[in-house]
Formats: sequence, C-alpha cells, structure tokens
Amino acid sequence: MVEHRRWNDILAYAILTFGVFIVVFPVYVALIASTHDAATVVNGNMPMLPGSHTLENYYRAIFIGGSRASREPVGHMLMNSFVMAMGIALGKIVISILSAYAVVYFRFPFRQTAFWIIFVTLMLPVEVRIYPTYKVIADLKMLDTYAGLILPLIASATGTLLFRQFFMTIPDELLEASRIDGAGPFRFFKDTLLPLSVTTMAALFVIQFIYGWNQYLWPLLITTQESMQTIVTGIKKMLTTTDELAEWQLAMATAILAMLPPVAVVVFMQRLFVRGLVETEK
Amino acid sequence: MEKSAVFKGKLLPYLLLVPQLVITLVFFYWPASQAVWQSFLREDAFGLNSEFIGLENYQALLAQPEYYKAMATTVVFSSLVAALSLSIALLFATQADKNLKAAPTFKVMMIWPYAVAPAVAGVLWLFIFHPSLGTMARPLRLMGFNWNPMLNGNHAMALVVMAAVWKQIAYNFLFFLAGLQAIPRSVLEAGAIDGAGPYRRFWTITFPLLSPTTFFLLVVNVVYVFFDTFGIIDAVTGGGPAGATTTMVYKVYADGRLGGDLGGSAAQSVILMVIVIALTAIQFRYVERKVQY
Repeated sequence: MVEHRRWNDILAYAILTFGVFIVVFPVYVALIASTHDAATVVNGNMPMLPGSHTLENYYRAIFIGGSRASREPVGHMLMNSFVMAMGIALGKIVISILSAYAVVYFRFPFRQTAFWIIFVTLMLPVEVRIYPTYKVIADLKMLDTYAGLILPLIASATGTLLFRQFFMTIPDELLEASRIDGAGPFRFFKDTLLPLSVTTMAALFVIQFIYGWNQYLWPLLITTQESMQTIVTGIKKMLTTTDELAEWQLAMATAILAMLPPVAVVVFMQRLFVRGLVETEK
Repeated sequence: MEKSAVFKGKLLPYLLLVPQLVITLVFFYWPASQAVWQSFLREDAFGLNSEFIGLENYQALLAQPEYYKAMATTVVFSSLVAALSLSIALLFATQADKNLKAAPTFKVMMIWPYAVAPAVAGVLWLFIFHPSLGTMARPLRLMGFNWNPMLNGNHAMALVVMAAVWKQIAYNFLFFLAGLQAIPRSVLEAGAIDGAGPYRRFWTITFPLLSPTTFFLLVVNVVYVFFDTFGIIDAVTGGGPAGATTTMVYKVYADGRLGGDLGGSAAQSVILMVIVIALTAIQFRYVERKVQY
C-alpha cells in the first residue's frame, strides 16, 4: 500500500457499511414482513423487528398457497423453478460442450458456417422475439411443458464460446499423446477433455442456474396452468388483486424462498460464480 | 487461432453439432425470421387471416406518439440506471480495493444481489415504497411529500430506477473491483512519490486506467436496462401510470399481448433487434481493441 492513513480506513469502512446497509435493507424488510400476520403488514406501520407468525406464514406459503389470487402452493412452484433451472444449466452444458468439441477438434466442410450460425445467437436475447417464439412453442405443442420452458432459453452461444476458448488453451501434445496410446475421439473426450473441463463446466453451471431460476417473461407467457408456474412468476400473481386484499406477508415469504437458492449458489460457490461471470462476458 | 492436431472423423463432427444446431434453428432462427416476416403482415387477433402490407406496420408505428414516448422513456431510464449504478458501484469498489481486513466479507455482501431475480427485486422495492403500506412511504408523507408511484409517473420512474440500480450494483462492483486490482501498484506508488494525494491519484491514474472496464460496463448496463429490467417494470408498475414506465421492450410485450397488435409488435421487435446488433457490434470492436493493447 502506498500510504496508510487511519482516517482513510475509517472512511472506507463507513462507506462500505452504508453500502451493505442499502443492499441488505429491502431484503431485511421482506424478511420481517414474512414473520407478521396480514393485519400488521397492511396497516402501514409495520414494526422493524420479527413477529410471531413466521412458521405459520411459511407453512401456508409452501404447502397451501394463497387464499385469493393464486392458490398454487409455493412448494410446487419451487419444484418447477428447480427443474427449469437445472434443465437450462445442464442442457446448455451438454449441447455446447459437444458442439465446441466438434468445432475445435475436427476439420470438416461448413465448420465455419456452423460456428457462425451458433455465434449469431449472442446478439438477440429472447425478449425481442417473444411472440414468434411463443408461436413456435404453441405449434410444437410444448405450452405448459418443461421442454417449452427450457429449450428456447438454451439456444444461445455463450456456452459454446466458453468451451471453445477453454479447449484452445489445452496443449496439442495431450491429443497427440492419447493418439499414440490408441485413443479415438470418444476415448479422448471421455478420458482427457471431460476431466480437464470440470471447472469450466461448474462455472457455466452456476451462471446458467441463476439465469434459469430468475427467468420471468418467458415462463409468464408460456405457462397457462397454475401447476406449471415458476416461483418468480408466482409472486407477481399473488399481488395482482386489489391492494387491500393482497396477502403481502405470503408474497414476502415467497420472495425470500425465491431468493434463497440462487443467492446460496453465489455465496457458497463464490469463486466459480466470479469465474463464470467474468469468462462468459469475454 | 486453430488447433494443428485434429481428428479426421467424417460423420462424427456433424453428429456432435446436431443438438445445438437443431435447437438454434428451431428456437432462434425460425422465430427471429418469423418476427421479420410478421412485421410486413397484417394479421387478425386470432392469426387466421394475414395479408402482406409492406412497410405499413413501420409507418403506423412511427406515426404513433406513444412509440416516441416509449423511446424517450427508455433513454431516460437507461441513462439514469447506468449512471447511478456505475458511479455507486465505483465508489464502493474503490473502498473495497483498499487494504482492509474485512474486504472479502464486504465483497460477498455486495455481490449477492446479482442472484436476485429482477421481478423479485421489483417486488421488494414496491413493498418498501408502496404508497399505503410501505415502510418508507410513511416517513415521506410525514415530511410533507405526496409520494404515490401508482399515480405519479415520475415517482413510478424513480421507484423502478431504484430497484434496477439496486440489482445492478453487484455486477458493476465485481467488474470494477477486478479492474482496480489489475492496476499495477507501482504506478500508484510512483504517483505518491511525486506527491499526489489519494484524490488526485484516483482521477489522474486510476480512473483513466479503468476506462476499458468502464466502457465495457456501460454497454453491458445498457443491454441490461433494455432487457433484464422487464421483470422489474412488470412487477412494480406494469408500464404505468399512463405509460410513464413503458420502455421499448415493455411495449413489444404490451402491444402483442394486451393490444393483440402482432404486426406492430413484430415491427418493434425488428427495430429492437437492429439496436441490439448495433450495441453488440460496438462491444466487439471494443473487445478487439482491448486484445491489441
């Protein structure tokens, strides 16, 4: 360090503490709201300390569901979100590691064309083509199915580019050595490439799991049955009634439940998360 | 860059590519080309009849005052969110870059909101600033401020901006911190020896060296505001009141779903696609430059 001044450190602590306060405050309020009964939350003067209805609220949210606008238990929505997020994360890893393997380790006609066909998808997020994509899903009879939730969201190049970049850093000698040992494309992939790619796969998994879990517009459009709803879209539906009737304490309990899995992933897999975030943006 | 050692297989590479190519063609190229085609058609609400009308959808769209309003809203919204989240994140990142014992703890505490879904972030902020039951609404009213995001367009915009900034700080913080840590300490020490204080060192050394990161983040933030904030807007305001928070992406959704105007919605999609492609092109040119340095 260039110089060490006491006031400088104190200032840094003060600013960062203030920052953490801003970041935590909305979640703290939600957490508190999820421990009170409906009347306390709605009267506009909610105390800033936990109440006594925690278990009741979470039990009702998870197993029974709201009594008004949305009657779907959150437990089921959590399951849908989990299937969707896992499907997107794993699906993307599988298709992109295979295509990157083909593009990097083989020479064949139209290789560049195939790469560009995949590459262009980077440019257009699903939001700009929602209705046509909706129509495709409807024509394929995939409304209200997990396949319909998952497949359009894995049609993107990020994973392929990430694996391609990683494969390029693997020394050619490894391929030559396994060739001398008599390994074909399958053996090389299974015994050499896959074990080396574990960290890259894990980093991509973390980013894609969060991406999949947090989807909003797409599940909102293509799920019509409440039984297929994901938790992120479910919260909004709990609140689409007149304000006096909205069960905010349940909505806030649901918001906390919706945050927990992806936040836990970031906190406990921080290294992989940072790596995935930085590398998919390259 | 190409590999020199490769396999020969004739059929195998195509088989490996099939899953991704099929998914990309069916769920990306087909719908994207449909959007372009549909923008030249007039379709009834049930999709039973359609006729080719050339550029009429675009003409109708560009004659709509609401479309220009949505453009203006998008510009205001994205500049506010980008400017606020970048400067706040930079302030926190420069503090976390100092040699503090608790720096790793602060880092985790700052980055986790990245994992919160935009729609959930929106609901959290809506609850705090809800005009009748929000924790912050009461103090605001006691101060004599007639806070009501349900009726006042500026209040609604302020609320949506707060939620969007709150969520984006994490991402910007992470990249700024990485950028700061990549600046060689020796350069800063040289500045200190020449008698520059921390403030002067920041503006004459750190900030210019950080400019590639800042520029990259600027592009990413604009793309974020365009698309990922859909959930925030839908959860907090639903584009209202009176269209005050209807951005271009929200209008694509609202016109297609609520208005049943698929041709107009498709024309808007096409215009958005052009904007995103332009933004991505800018980003790629910049990335190339960074590689050369």
